[in-house]
Amino acid sequence: MPQLVSHPDEVKVVSRRFGQGAAEIDKYIELDGYKAVQMGIEQGPEWIVNTMKASGLRGRGGAGFPTGMKWSFVPKTSDKPKYVLVNGDESEPGTCKDHVIFLHDPHAVIEGTMIAGLAIGAKMGFIYLRGEYRYLLKIVEKAVADAYAKGFLGKNIFGKQGVDFDIITQTGAGAYEVGEESALMESLEGKRGVPRIKPPFPAVVGLYGGPTVINNAETIANAPHILLMGGEAYAKLGSERNGGTRLFGISGHVERPGVYELPMGYSLRKAIYEVAGGIKDGKKLKAVVPGGSSCPVLKADEIDCGLDFDQMAKAGTMLGSGGIVVLDESVSMVEFALRTIAFYQHESCGWCIPCREGTDWLKKTLTRFHAGGGNKKDIDNIQYLAENMMGRTFCPLGDAAAMPTLGFIKKFRSEFEEYLEGVRVEHPLIHIKPVGELAMAGAGH
Amino acid sequence: MSTIASSIFTPDTAARFDKLATIYPLKRSALIPMLLYAQDEIGFVSDAAVAEISQRLDLLELDVRNVLSYYSMLRTVPAGKYNVQVCTNISCMLRGGYELLDHCKNKLGIGHKGVTPDGLFSLEEVECIGACCWAPAVQVNYDFHDDLTPAKMDAVLADYAAGRGKDVK
Ligand SMILES: Cc1cc2nc3c(=O)[nH]c(=O)nc-3n(C[C@H](O)[C@H](O)[C@H](O)COP(=O)(O)O)c2cc1C
Ligand code: FES
Repeated sequence: MPQLVSHPDEVKVVSRRFGQGAAEIDKYIELDGYKAVQMGIEQGPEWIVNTMKASGLRGRGGAGFPTGMKWSFVPKTSDKPKYVLVNGDESEPGTCKDHVIFLHDPHAVIEGTMIAGLAIGAKMGFIYLRGEYRYLLKIVEKAVADAYAKGFLGKNIFGKQGVDFDIITQTGAGAYEVGEESALMESLEGKRGVPRIKPPFPAVVGLYGGPTVINNAETIANAPHILLMGGEAYAKLGSERNGGTRLFGISGHVERPGVYELPMGYSLRKAIYEVAGGIKDGKKLKAVVPGGSSCPVLKADEIDCGLDFDQMAKAGTMLGSGGIVVLDESVSMVEFALRTIAFYQHESCGWCIPCREGTDWLKKTLTRFHAGGGNKKDIDNIQYLAENMMGRTFCPLGDAAAMPTLGFIKKFRSEFEEYLEGVRVEHPLIHIKPVGELAMAGAGH
Repeated sequence: MSTIASSIFTPDTAARFDKLATIYPLKRSALIPMLLYAQDEIGFVSDAAVAEISQRLDLLELDVRNVLSYYSMLRTVPAGKYNVQVCTNISCMLRGGYELLDHCKNKLGIGHKGVTPDGLFSLEEVECIGACCWAPAVQVNYDFHDDLTPAKMDAVLADYAAGRGKDVK
């Protein structure tokens, strides 16, 4: 069972009910649960959307798109049913925050889904959890069943004539790519999880061809809190253009890893050195991957920036999924780069060529490099490959592989060069098998 | 819904599948859950399971196999009774995921995707399982084990071997 952590600097909004037994519906109700959705029914869609807009909440799934705006893009009328889709695929390495929400506050996700439904005029919502989260799916399933039993879901919810809302929970079966919104819709329609072409965007043509709002589970779980406290109050908790708070999962070489809720814009340095207790065993910091494995790495002297979407972009990286991975001085960047790329190669769905071949060649080259068969040209080749993947793939998985690669090469080029001269990991951890016979291709000897 | 004269699944699962085929706007949406639940019952997705599921959802067996081959959790051969899945992705790697994997390999005497001769355990190196802050993490079937060391791992394996392990389904 995940260990709950806490720190005085935390500002608890979405995590306010963690550890209080709120997975039980009566406890959830006691802790102000299901009040926000009833306010939403009274006040109507426009009020909900305006409150969400005022909150400055930006998507917690990775891209940071303003949630209120996303909801306002859904056409008012539609021939096809509209849907709300909750993305609980949570597969970006370094990310485990939705895990804690499903475990401690599943009703917040349910209530948020209903609020999104009210806002866009949908009568059905789906909560999709990655297949590995079976024990969490059971918790969410029970919560949904309890909400039905109370008359909070189904027909005429809360006794309001003509207000209907249904929720279906769904399990995945192992695939990172299914976290991408259009691939998630394919998966939910019982197909291989490959992405769809955009436009049309999901807000217009989404699940089963109907207008669909898709949000990350944490984004959705914030909605009830925002309606209760008011958009402006939520916005004020965060930084400019980055409303509210966020769950940050701090992992790797820190003394107190865990999921902490910090205000948007909180100092990355303080998050590492104060909140998470500093570098493990008194070692020195080497690098930080600030928002899940697809974000370009920051060097130890680049961590004086605030944890919000804009400040991270200014620092040349991304806030991503909020998974902060901390690396101490003992880590080989060559090895870390290889492990990162091995993941994207494994998870590329194979639908488009720049991603499928690009991740494959990156992995092949890095595997050979790591094993001691590299040469100077490889470093440029890796950079060239990654640059050519950027923006040229069907969905952003290709970018998610290329961006960290470029970060490793640009920030730690000298380490790659030294590696060639024999400064290697003495006991390589990774025994990644070369892919096929071509693994040694281009080795130049 | 296509009626199934004699299901290969237990009555509970068959009833669950009957229901699953009716709850979605399009019944094909039940495909991935059905494949996973079939695997939970049989241990893998057998040819007979593919045949029955395709019949239930009015799909070609080919359609079903196409989907089946995409998802990493689905398998067409049996695994051990307890499938030990060791995460070696970045957060786990930094906290000893590879050492843990090596330890399991030695302890169980099998490699990646291997099964012990008695069929009790199988081993898999897996990608991030969403437990990064409690690394290194392992899943045994669906059950999570966090913050492991080789010694703690031995205790976990011993529990399963003695029939004391949790088995979430
Ligand atoms: C390859 C890939 C994987 C993704 N995985 C996830 C995921 O696991 N969870 C998630 O919420 N969003 C994921 N996303 C982002 C979604 O496509 C989408 O932007 C997000 O769910 C929108 O929700 P938000 O606006 O609330 O952030 C992924 C995107 C890509 C390209
Ligand atoms: S990296 Fe191992 S659980 Fe995420």
